[in-house]
Amino acid sequence: MAFSKKHILGLGELSAEEIKIILDTAESMKEISTRDVKKVPTLKGRTIVNLFFEPSTRTRSSFEIAEKRLSADVLSFSASQSSIVKGESLLDTARNFEAMGASIMVIRHGMSGAPFVLARQISASVINAGDGSHEHPSQALIDIFTIREKKGRIEGLDVLIVGDILNSRVARSNIFGLRKLGARVRIVGPATIVPEYFRDMGAEIFYSLEHALENVDVVIMLRVQSERKTLEYFPSLREYSGLYGLTREKLRLAKEDVIVMHPGPINRGVELTSEIADDPGAVILEQVANGIAVRMAMIYLVALGESL
Amino acid sequence: MGVLIKNGRVIDPSQSLDMVSDIYIQEDRVREISKRIDTPRKADTVIDASGQVVAPGLVDIHVHLREPGYEHKETIKTGCLAAAAGGFTSIVCMPNTNPINDNASVTEYILLKARTEGIVNVFPIGAITKGEKGDELAEIGEMCEAGCVAISDDGMPVTDSGLMRKAMEYVRPFGIPVITHAEDTGLSAGGVMNEGFVSTELGLRGIPAASEEVGVVRDIILCELTGTPLHICHVSTKGSVRLVREAKKRGVKVTAEATPHHFTLTDKLVYGYNTDAKMNPPLRTQEDVDAILEGIADGTIDVIATDHAPHSQDEKNVEFDLAPFGIVGLETALSLSLELVEKGIITLDEMIKKLTVAPSEIVGIERGTLVPGSIADLVVFDPGMSRTVKAGGFFSKSRNTPFSGWELKGVVSNTIVSGKVVFSRN
Repeated sequence: MAFSKKHILGLGELSAEEIKIILDTAESMKEISTRDVKKVPTLKGRTIVNLFFEPSTRTRSSFEIAEKRLSADVLSFSASQSSIVKGESLLDTARNFEAMGASIMVIRHGMSGAPFVLARQISASVINAGDGSHEHPSQALIDIFTIREKKGRIEGLDVLIVGDILNSRVARSNIFGLRKLGARVRIVGPATIVPEYFRDMGAEIFYSLEHALENVDVVIMLRVQSERKTLEYFPSLREYSGLYGLTREKLRLAKEDVIVMHPGPINRGVELTSEIADDPGAVILEQVANGIAVRMAMIYLVALGESL
Repeated sequence: MGVLIKNGRVIDPSQSLDMVSDIYIQEDRVREISKRIDTPRKADTVIDASGQVVAPGLVDIHVHLREPGYEHKETIKTGCLAAAAGGFTSIVCMPNTNPINDNASVTEYILLKARTEGIVNVFPIGAITKGEKGDELAEIGEMCEAGCVAISDDGMPVTDSGLMRKAMEYVRPFGIPVITHAEDTGLSAGGVMNEGFVSTELGLRGIPAASEEVGVVRDIILCELTGTPLHICHVSTKGSVRLVREAKKRGVKVTAEATPHHFTLTDKLVYGYNTDAKMNPPLRTQEDVDAILEGIADGTIDVIATDHAPHSQDEKNVEFDLAPFGIVGLETALSLSLELVEKGIITLDEMIKKLTVAPSEIVGIERGTLVPGSIADLVVFDPGMSRTVKAGGFFSKSRNTPFSGWELKGVVSNTIVSGKVVFSRN
């Protein structure tokens, strides 16, 4: 089966097969990063625009490196220096870049669904680099890729996601992706940010971190996003970190070979203690490294589809 | 000079009439309804309504005309054209224009514009509070004198219950109702669609059913306290239907409306971030739709109203969070209401009642009837003829409808206002 999607807007829209194709392609891409010359000419002559309407360091750098390793011409645009300040609409901004010859647009936006506005109305391929509280497909693909690398499989694993599920795009993408590939997903956090509706998305709901941790293979810690008003959903960071902060002691409840992931940036001492973050068993920095390979795969596959 | 409508099935719920007859209109009045009226005079217009329904002109008590202030979305002129094309002869317009219709001079401006440029009757609704800000009462008495038929802060619910009580008490002697957009804004804050499974998947902030229901409860209780007739706009949830039903059973002076979109569509339409599925109150679940249909059938819902809310394409063609709430409805309402008849929810007679005499009674206007001597506002439509909805062909200035492309039955052939044919389609 070939990958035939023009856009990658979310894991909710991809089939299990399509997700596997991206993961397999990422494996080949990872090999490129081990070479002395970390570059292939695949996308020579193509222009990719990174439209970042929300501050981001790691996702944007990771996409830029991925694009450059594929030899694309890369233009990055961030809202602070943009015409958005002058009142230009999202669509007009994108159309301008399209007129300049951009064939792929990578978009990060603070509002859910923003990439869909572009995908519907411009001819370039659109890759969602995180939209509001909706999806963050590249991050979830990195998480899943890393889990598969460590555990050799996804099917049958128990994966726990901890924190602000309601406002998290990483959580949604992971739930979609992991469920499609046959993992069981648990979610845990304060009741205000772990809505019942997630049960219908196939997640098992917990409110006690200790109970939720029992025998899990993987723990994905979400960031407490103070910029997304997470703080109005619970009384204090102190109380939150007491109830839902991951410590070495609590982690003993999980399987012995549990892996701990975090999409970053970490609030040390809130979501997890430094001893866990810096533990050789934590895969947080590996996630970052894998990020480049996964994003290369996403861009490559979308570009391939586009030239068909 | 007059108009003779021949051979139509005349349905007028105000006089329990449903039979094939002729109607003769002289000047601006209905003169005669009988089996056979011959001898039209030379200057008469004759309309052959064979196979069609002849009913009192439809009355929509929930319309946003946008003028003054937002003429790029709609004007009184285009809104009236859309109304006539949809079979409506009277429209009641909400005060959230710019400036807000919160004083008699704005009311007079709207009425002047309507007289000079509008082809259907326009009845304004005045604001409850100055600037719809919810701080102090607007000059309700003067607006009433100038021609406002109700008061409402539609879209900007009065959050202060004490002020809402004062408004309801103050307005009582003027004999006009309070129309409420029931919503507890603390519960709905930041919401852009129904709170539920779909909003969870899409990562959009939800508006819980409870936000409407808490508002409905409060206003029903204030209605009981003050004795002022209360009309509840666009009921969208199962809970609201139940609350209105219970209140009516207790004898509370409350009436309620439902919009065609709320009795037809669910929040699944938002998938893909479709901004033509964004309105407030939002599209809910199938369970809510079923409850509204039940309410329509048992009379809990008195009225079908459109909440016609025009917005330009540029305004809607943006991120879902940024798009304004609302869709146009005047040119699809009759067809969508006929679906209720088709599905056996209500009879054609009951449907016409909810679109004519019932809304007229709520706002106290002498319309919605064909009793001889009454003002000759009529609609002639073919209930069985199909058409494909084409937003591009709307008479409204705006095209924000989720129904474009739908195959619907019901085509208006003639709309008559005060004895004049203001719209006809061959």
